[in-house]
Amino acid sequence: MTQTAPCDTPPAEAAPSPGARPPRSGTAAQGSTPARPSARTGPADSVAHLVEVYDGAGWAAVCRLDVLVPGRGVAALLPCGTQAAVFRDRAGHVHVIGNRDPFTGAYVLSRGLIGSAGGMPFVSSPLLKHRFDLRTGRCLDDPETSVPVFRSRTR
Amino acid sequence: MTLPTTPVPPAPGAVTPTIVLVGHGMAGQRFLEALAERGTTRRARVVVLCEEPRPAYDRVRLTSYFSGTTPDGLALADEQFLSRHGIELHLGDPAAAVDLERRTVTSRSGRTLAYDALVMATGSFPFVPPVPGRDSAGCFVYRTIEDVLAIEEYAGNSCRTGAVVGGGLLGLEAAGALRGLGLDTRVVEFSDRLMALQVDAGGGRVLRRTVEQTGLRVHTGVAAERIVADERGAVKSMALSDGSRVETDLVVFSAGVRPRDRLARECGLSVGERGGITVDARCRTSDPHVFAIGECARAADGNVYGLVAPGYEMAECAADAVAERFAGNGPSARDGAPRTFGGADTSTKLKLLGVGVASFGDAHGTAEGSMDVVYSDSRAGVYKKLVVAPDGTLLGGVLVGDAEEYGTLRSLTGSVPPVPPESLILPAGADGPGKGLGPAALPDGTIVCNCHHVDKGAVRAAVSDLGCTDVAAVKKCTKAGTGCGSCLKVLGQVVDAELEVNGVPVDSGLCGCFAHTRAELYEIVRTLRLTTFGALLDTHGREEARQGDGCEVCKPAVASVIASLAPAIGAEGHVLDGEQAALQDTNDHFLANLQRNGSYSVVPRVPGGEITPEKLITVGEVARDYGLYTKITGGQRIDMFGARVDQLPGIWARLVEAGFESGHAYGKALRTVKSCVGSTWCRYGVLDSVRMAVELELRYRGLRAPHKLKSAVSGCARECAEAMSKDFGVIATASGWNLYVGGNGGATPRHADLLAQDLSDGDLVRLTDRFLMFYIRTADRLERTSAWLERIEGGLDHVRDVVVHDSLGLCDELEALMAGHVANYQDEWAATLADPEKLARFVSFVNAPGVPDPSVQFVTEREQVKPDLTLLSGPDIPVRTTDAALEGTAAR
Repeated sequence: MTQTAPCDTPPAEAAPSPGARPPRSGTAAQGSTPARPSARTGPADSVAHLVEVYDGAGWAAVCRLDVLVPGRGVAALLPCGTQAAVFRDRAGHVHVIGNRDPFTGAYVLSRGLIGSAGGMPFVSSPLLKHRFDLRTGRCLDDPETSVPVFRSRTR
Repeated sequence: MTLPTTPVPPAPGAVTPTIVLVGHGMAGQRFLEALAERGTTRRARVVVLCEEPRPAYDRVRLTSYFSGTTPDGLALADEQFLSRHGIELHLGDPAAAVDLERRTVTSRSGRTLAYDALVMATGSFPFVPPVPGRDSAGCFVYRTIEDVLAIEEYAGNSCRTGAVVGGGLLGLEAAGALRGLGLDTRVVEFSDRLMALQVDAGGGRVLRRTVEQTGLRVHTGVAAERIVADERGAVKSMALSDGSRVETDLVVFSAGVRPRDRLARECGLSVGERGGITVDARCRTSDPHVFAIGECARAADGNVYGLVAPGYEMAECAADAVAERFAGNGPSARDGAPRTFGGADTSTKLKLLGVGVASFGDAHGTAEGSMDVVYSDSRAGVYKKLVVAPDGTLLGGVLVGDAEEYGTLRSLTGSVPPVPPESLILPAGADGPGKGLGPAALPDGTIVCNCHHVDKGAVRAAVSDLGCTDVAAVKKCTKAGTGCGSCLKVLGQVVDAELEVNGVPVDSGLCGCFAHTRAELYEIVRTLRLTTFGALLDTHGREEARQGDGCEVCKPAVASVIASLAPAIGAEGHVLDGEQAALQDTNDHFLANLQRNGSYSVVPRVPGGEITPEKLITVGEVARDYGLYTKITGGQRIDMFGARVDQLPGIWARLVEAGFESGHAYGKALRTVKSCVGSTWCRYGVLDSVRMAVELELRYRGLRAPHKLKSAVSGCARECAEAMSKDFGVIATASGWNLYVGGNGGATPRHADLLAQDLSDGDLVRLTDRFLMFYIRTADRLERTSAWLERIEGGLDHVRDVVVHDSLGLCDELEALMAGHVANYQDEWAATLADPEKLARFVSFVNAPGVPDPSVQFVTEREQVKPDLTLLSGPDIPVRTTDAALEGTAAR
């Protein structure tokens, strides 16, 4: 039961500078420094395997599915300016939650290790190792705390 | 020469009896230890007459002299053993005559001792076949340290070729030694195969091929007919029975041994027809005051055993018998019935020239109606044969090339295995080794510990009836596993299985995904050559965790195991290769250290803390250009803080160009080898500590371990490098390096323990190789060497036995693993920069690679940056006091 996290509140006081936000279309941003090899910002013909995230206002393409290393996450900048953590598990499911670790305030959850316990997928924060349920966003070590969950689809 | 002794306190009101031991070999030393254990050394004067010029040493490991073990390193007893127990040892003074009537023994130097009990432990002598020319210069036998030293000295005399007469166990050992001396070496064996006593024809073929691959030349089915000497009387060549003639500068005879029973014959003791002093099951000879043990004795079953285990057993029996005689009114030496020795299991497992060889039970299938089950893969150099009775009982077997299953198979010998015999020897992958062979499958009568003859029923009883809850308690209670130790694995399984039956929770599993410990997973990965986490989880994970994603505990732990075994199991070498990238903690994943605001710190390697001005300038320039906070670390390096993920490649491109490598501050790996300035500059220094620190750091850089590893080298006893607080620390002395292990700073400081002293450069490196690899192999996850040393069964003594005395026969393998690591080392950052796919991961946002993470911002303090935490807008950053919390912090 995936719940939608609308992007109605700005994620952080440190909003990215204007123009830094990626466009809402499926094509990847052409940043100002395109020097880096960009396997992840694939050509248009790979649209069929594109991971998209719903940020409350619409679907935003994030990356090609094959860019996601199973068991690992990446951070994505949603059009509304919020940061999402996008994971792919071994079974091939994609999970998207907010990238901010509520315990430290740092935007690092995408860099945590994911795992599963009794069929429940989770990510462990790389900072203080709190675990978050990837389906509900609930913190397993502190039920009072949770992170937003985003809907995703692969096309 | 006589070692210092302390006087024996005489028993009150009694004349102190005298026990004389003739021969201070392995069995003799064990006899002395057994006497001491029984308190007899306090009640009697014990005198030892020893022919060799040195106290008892480990003859079995003689060959390790050529791989760097010093003669002292082979010593069996510590220096204080003899003096502590008031034992008089006369070296270089063998017994020359015994007078049974007057009960005296006279030594070669004329010393006459009256004895109340005499124990013969004269061992055996190498048999030299009556080949003409066998007395030429350059002909040797292979039995004592003196033989080995003489061979080495002669070989150094411009010898290029060598030949060993005899292709048995000792012959192959000797051949390996000659090869180690750089001689082009051949082995001449009279029978049709190598190790004819232990292996059959099929095993012999595989063994021969593997041995030849190591560079030795093998002649079988021929005899040495004549040794030809030159005009100076030195060996020049050898004529063989097939008419050929081989050039050789040196000949070693290793054609079997014969019991040394001359002294016994001359004094009138009964000896066997084919030699050996006749003894009964309590090791008593035909004279009531004389005992014989070890290779000079012909046991009650009529055999003369040339193996050390039966020798040890006889030593214990004789000690029981002697102790009983001098027990006086004191407490009885030992509880229970006296031990007897009726015969021995001649099963053997050994590693010869790197080849695992084992034979057990009826290896040659001599029993009536016995049948074979054979698996042979000559391509892989593996041969396994089981001998099975018509009713399915396992009678024995031969293993060549892969002797891993020896322990289990030997335990099953004499019973009907619970699974078809072929599944016991099929390689991994087919059906898995020993599948279905849990300890529960063993019948109660199965002998678990052969040294102490403890069966499975006794082990179970110790757990269920006597309340033992772990292997340590069972060892104490039953003595199982306290002999050679080869049964410990099976013993542990039996104990755990029994605990489980009793409902005692024994979940020592790594995490919710694996019921195995890290050390067990290491063995599984190593033996089955599993190169991915997925394969390990799906085959060896807990049922409920299979096909899942693992967890943050097991993924990095398994990644570390795979990384440290990568060269040996053929896994990809880079921590970001393939699936491994998904297993690493964020620090390893970005090859940098995550800080509290999501930025990273960067620590280039500065081996030994030695750095050129040019490199210092580069570090300064990089830090300035990227606006990084710089700090000198406790490990003599420079840490640069505040880099965003997307800046790391640019920073490292400049560092690599300037000649820097990754410092692995982010990994559970070797950090730094700190050093003082050493003898080059310091007026007190005795050795060049900087050179050694650099050498060690470059050798072990990148080595993945259960936890981080720190080291230091001090150039003198002033210890400025604080080596005693390191996982392995080195301190120079006037006579070489002292190696300390298991030190720790931090929250629970621990002074390191001395592992070995006065080492040469080569010995230091070799011992360190072994120590580190043994730690990596057996430690728990996140267990520093200090905690490991405290926890591991037997503690420092055990570790020393394993890495210095090679008690488990592991050292070759440990060294080979380290050699693999050294040969396969690559700088992780240089490799990453050269790989566009890996590099592509270093972005803040997958969908906006050029956009920096806006949440990583800094403010200035004391002229440098620090994280702007107000931007993170969360509650105050909580401080968790668990170890886990420390992992995310900077490298200390």
